[in-house]
Amino acid sequence: MNILFYISAVIAIVATLRMITGKNAVHALLYLIVSLLAVSVIFFLLGAPFVAALEVIIYAGAIMVLFVFVIMMLNVSGDGIKKEKALLTPGIWVGPSIITTVLLLEMVYMLVRQPSPFPGQPIASIVRTEVTPAVVGALLFTKYILVVELSAFLLAAGIIGAYHLGQKEKVSHHRYLKKEGGPV
Amino acid sequence: MTIMTEQEIGLAAILFFLGLTGVLVRRNVIFMLMSVEVMLNAAGLAFIVGGSAWGKADGQVMLIFILAMAAAEVSVGLALIIQLYHKFKSDDADSVDKMSG
Repeated sequence: MNILFYISAVIAIVATLRMITGKNAVHALLYLIVSLLAVSVIFFLLGAPFVAALEVIIYAGAIMVLFVFVIMMLNVSGDGIKKEKALLTPGIWVGPSIITTVLLLEMVYMLVRQPSPFPGQPIASIVRTEVTPAVVGALLFTKYILVVELSAFLLAAGIIGAYHLGQKEKVSHHRYLKKEGGPV
Repeated sequence: MTIMTEQEIGLAAILFFLGLTGVLVRRNVIFMLMSVEVMLNAAGLAFIVGGSAWGKADGQVMLIFILAMAAAEVSVGLALIIQLYHKFKSDDADSVDKMSG
């Protein structure tokens, strides 16, 4: 378990460093996704497979796709095609690919090394004592039910806020309703 | 076990400070938002380490709440970035350092 943890930790730190120092937003995003995947492997090693899956699905999946959409929406510069060509050169994607391959090898090693006798049982001696999703769900809907409802409020507020902020300024064509210096 | 826990908390701290450095150093709003994500993720890692050290599920529950909060925060933040782009044609945080009333 030790060496697996160290490899993932180094990958997470290196990927985060590359993210911070990156120039191109899309490349930085790629490194951020790798960093999230490395942290997800650490979650798995710590005996939290449920949130490891959630991290991949929600963080690296949904939230990062949101980032990609916005970055692509904002790509207002005229050299979009040139950038598109630059994306296809191997120098761009070879870095994230290599460290993601290391993570993949780690996962395969964990799965292969000691096949668990029963499905759903933790793989002994690699993964720390596992806290199963059933326990998490039971706790979530008994002790923390109020916080679950509050986070539902928060998400609703997030949806409404994003909708309100995301819409463009309305253009009115009536001359009396035109704002001073507003869009014509 | 305890040495491992210390190292795991250390990793969470390193990631948190990398994210903090990103927020403070970068002036591109997209990079700042991504750095905030790194900080949230590091806080979640600290929760998971604690939950793992005590063998309780509370840490995982907290990470789920952090995920929900991050989703709401990112959606509003990205909408703000889009507004910034429409108004100032720039992704530089310093372009909005003056209040115009």
